[in-house]
Amino acid sequence: MPRTVRDVVFVDGVRTPFGKAGPKGIYHETRADDLVVKAIRELLRRNPALDPKKIDEVAIAATTQIGDQGLTLGRTAGILAGLPQSVPGYSIDRMCAGALTAVTSVAGSIAFGAYDAVIAGGVEHMGRHPMGEGVDPNPRFVSEKLVDESALFMGMTAENLHDRYPHITKQRADEYAVRSQEKAAKAYANGKIQQDLVPISVRNTNAEVGETGWGLVTADEPMRPGTTLESLASLKTPFRVHGNVTAGNAAGLNDGATASIIASEEFARENGLPVKMRLVSYAFAGVEPEVMGYGPIPATEKALAKAGLSIEDINLFEINEAFAVQVLSFLDHYGIADDDARVNQYGGAIAFGHPLASSGVRLMTQLARQFEEQPEVRYGLTTMCVGFGMGATVIWENPHHKDAGGSK
Amino acid sequence: MSTTAELLKGAAELFPDEVVTSAHVRHLDLPFGAGRFALITLDNGFDHTKPTTFGPGSLANLNAAVDQVEKEAAEGAIVGVGVTGKPFIFAVGADLKGVEILKKHEDALAIGKSGHEVFKRLAALAVPTFAYYNGAAMGGGVEVGLHCSYRTVSKAIPAFSLPEVFLGLVPGWGGCALLPNLIGAERAVSVIIENSLNQNRQLKGKQVFELGIADAIFEGADFLEQSLIWTANVLKGDVTVERPEVDRGEAWDQAVAKGRFIADSKVHGAAPAAYRALDIIEAAKDGDLQAGFDAEDKALADLIMGGELRSGIYAFNLVQKRAKRPAGAPDKSLARPVTKVGVVGAGLMASQLALLFLRRLEVPVVLTDIDQERVDKGVGYVHAEIDKLLAKSRINQDKANRLKGLVSGVLDKAEGFSDADFIIEAVFEEIGVKQQVFAEVEAVAPAHAILATNTSSLSVSEMASKLKHPERVVGFHFFNPVAILPLLEIVRGEQTDDAALATAFGVARKLKKTAVLVKDAPAFVVNRILTRFMGEIQNVIDEGTPVEVAEKAVEPLGLPMSPLVLLELVGPAIGLHVSETLNRAFPERFTVSENLAAVVKAGKRGFYVYDSGKPELDPEVAALLKQGDVVLTEEQTRARVLDAVAQEIGLMLQEGVVAEAQDIDLCLITGAGWPFHLGGITPYLDREGVSERVNGKKFLAQGVASVPA
Repeated sequence: MPRTVRDVVFVDGVRTPFGKAGPKGIYHETRADDLVVKAIRELLRRNPALDPKKIDEVAIAATTQIGDQGLTLGRTAGILAGLPQSVPGYSIDRMCAGALTAVTSVAGSIAFGAYDAVIAGGVEHMGRHPMGEGVDPNPRFVSEKLVDESALFMGMTAENLHDRYPHITKQRADEYAVRSQEKAAKAYANGKIQQDLVPISVRNTNAEVGETGWGLVTADEPMRPGTTLESLASLKTPFRVHGNVTAGNAAGLNDGATASIIASEEFARENGLPVKMRLVSYAFAGVEPEVMGYGPIPATEKALAKAGLSIEDINLFEINEAFAVQVLSFLDHYGIADDDARVNQYGGAIAFGHPLASSGVRLMTQLARQFEEQPEVRYGLTTMCVGFGMGATVIWENPHHKDAGGSK
Repeated sequence: MSTTAELLKGAAELFPDEVVTSAHVRHLDLPFGAGRFALITLDNGFDHTKPTTFGPGSLANLNAAVDQVEKEAAEGAIVGVGVTGKPFIFAVGADLKGVEILKKHEDALAIGKSGHEVFKRLAALAVPTFAYYNGAAMGGGVEVGLHCSYRTVSKAIPAFSLPEVFLGLVPGWGGCALLPNLIGAERAVSVIIENSLNQNRQLKGKQVFELGIADAIFEGADFLEQSLIWTANVLKGDVTVERPEVDRGEAWDQAVAKGRFIADSKVHGAAPAAYRALDIIEAAKDGDLQAGFDAEDKALADLIMGGELRSGIYAFNLVQKRAKRPAGAPDKSLARPVTKVGVVGAGLMASQLALLFLRRLEVPVVLTDIDQERVDKGVGYVHAEIDKLLAKSRINQDKANRLKGLVSGVLDKAEGFSDADFIIEAVFEEIGVKQQVFAEVEAVAPAHAILATNTSSLSVSEMASKLKHPERVVGFHFFNPVAILPLLEIVRGEQTDDAALATAFGVARKLKKTAVLVKDAPAFVVNRILTRFMGEIQNVIDEGTPVEVAEKAVEPLGLPMSPLVLLELVGPAIGLHVSETLNRAFPERFTVSENLAAVVKAGKRGFYVYDSGKPELDPEVAALLKQGDVVLTEEQTRARVLDAVAQEIGLMLQEGVVAEAQDIDLCLITGAGWPFHLGGITPYLDREGVSERVNGKKFLAQGVASVPA
């Protein structure tokens, strides 16, 4: 049977405010599945034109798929969110790129014709599920030296990246981090972020943490506006004595969830749904696990090649800031200045936080807002590094651009 | 310290065992920049299995929370105040234990007043107030919300009610005065009176919204978030709450009249609570809330010091607590698993039992009888009932298929019962027949199988006496209609062992029945008391008192139906049979009425005809009655009947038929539908002085179902 590849679009995306993991965090007494359920519900409320019966799939990512992040979250979250029982769902895992992979997986299926409209997102409650919970690495990794021992510890891989690129100093990383906080604070002040946040009710029963009872979270908890180079200079380097990576120039340990609607362009237009971004290409790539932060570079190379684009065609970047050094290695590779205005305009994970498997859709939601504001930009990309030595990149076209949809 | 705080401190000292509810105040920023908001969470620190209640300590905590938000509101630090509950529970009202211990009218008055004072302060705040009914809300829980400016309700709420009248109180923290002024008298009467008197019927979230009690409804998944977003919109003026105008004209009076009609038909003036509530609703027509609150205080204090409420709480505790831990039941661990049930007989009773076992146990149930036609009829009945359940969407097609697949009928007991663990007989009430049936069953059933009998009046011990293993026979006496009346009298025969008894209690629990352990005594509990009761009425009639006088004499008790209507339901022939059995056992107290025998002989199904729509003495029955010439008044009749009942219960307790008077009351409430305000019957007999007159002492210690000494 003849088959036509269909265009895939990003319809809309929302997220919960991100919290700090741990007993003092805002989500300490909130379930992970409830976070993603509330994100899905908000998405549906915002898009009444999408008949829930027409949703073909719910793909939800989580890195640690046990407890309240287990039980085939895509399916259970769909039921809990009140979707019709006829809507199926599944769980997905590519660690930090979980939600991004949820989007690309369903996008591939949409292009193939298997789905018309899908919910894709991710959640990570790192307070309830600390990194490495329940893992059991095969001893052959070490005995056969398949990977360096540091590969499992993301902070160490970031230190390794500093070793590989000695010109990326702690000073540069800290400067980058200060700018990320500044840009995030400015984006908040201008109301760029809040419009895609889902308010979450939270309970606290521990008087030591703060006021007890029910409260409402409407903003990201990890942000540290007013961060200065001086304040960062004094922070410890927990991954290596006299190292470069600190809590200040890396994303923290966080809780949060994201959700997006991905659809075929035809379906979106027929159903009167917004078209915020058009998918151009995507790619994943592997690198040495001990320098996983380098992953976005080969992934971007692949994605550009598939799209027939070059880096000069990309005028907006949403790079996940797991570590400042990882962003800087990417920028250096492409000869982009550390403070280039096209990069992470609203700030990044260093300010907002990085609840692992949820972050990919945050990047997309922010890029979509920037596309709206900057119709002169035709292409943008979202990219992130992934544990165990991987990178993931998605290239998007701005549908508001005058040439959008045409040939390059 | 405010006077309210002092009042509450005094009350708290009377009630040291209160599970105290905290009123947490937490601040948050409302969405859309609507401002700073104080949210009060009511939480007793336990999970949902221990719902949040209000005692004096809890009210004091809420009072302190109001102190805080009052100050913040006055200073302009907050734009609104909300109240919500812990997960799944909003608040379920006053702590009944705190009501039970009250001994003085003034203390009772203080509880009512202080509740009002605290809740009223919420209403008087300088900023709008919001109640978010997130979960179960009852009584004072509902009322705290009624004092707020706005309310939202969760669609997922399973239970919402003002159950005070059901217990013997009035909604006395604002419910009677506020609710009709919010939603109109007709709807308020249906919530406060009608639902309460209909087995404490609960509202669901959707109804709470449709009745106009809540201004907005949101789904459970993000109820609090949506409530707060709605709050922000209300405060910003983007959402306007419109409530229909309350009809303060004739409709109000009609609603109150309808309420009185409902109360009359349910309690016949016998319990004061509904009438007191209606008086307050009636007076609330002028919208004078403070006058209504004062009337509530007074009604609350009067009722708390009255016997009906104490009986109501006693009855409530029997049904809620004692029913779950049957007195004298052996350790659960002795119970044997029941994986297949046999039913001997396929008549109507047997078929009903088969259906009940099938639905609750979901194990194979096999019916046997003496010919194929009866067996087919029995199985056919069960299938038809399953189809009815399916038609009413009580079960789905899969469940219907499963249940039908589990029920079968055979002629050969060996084939049917060889692997059954629990076999119950419901054959003709004749000791020889039952002994024969059990002998046949024992020959084919596995050694561990329990043999149960649904006899209503025969001796379980005698029935078991000819078996090789009489220790596994147990009485399992249901009440008609089996699907509706909760009571199950579990009868321990002389030789019944603990394993058989434990298994019987285990099965009863799965059947969701209220099991009461009963000694193997003639007619057990309910039938013995009802027969004595009816026998005395019949005696009075036979001696010469007109039927209608005898009937009216017991109306003030508020029984679910009159004695002769009950006789019709049971069937005069069965009534006669039981009276004959009891007459053989206790000829000095139980008579066999010749008039009743004549009615049965004439083939009449009852005393009444209903041609006019109302029960009227059937002229054919009237012609059969041979009455004497002793005509008693209603009062005399009532005294004779109550004396007889008190005497019989006294003797039953002496004989050890049940462990305590409480079990008698539990049996009458759950097996005969006797009302809560009587507390079954013994609290009523105690407070009316009947017990002392007849037996020289009360059945229950002071304070058990009465104001403590």
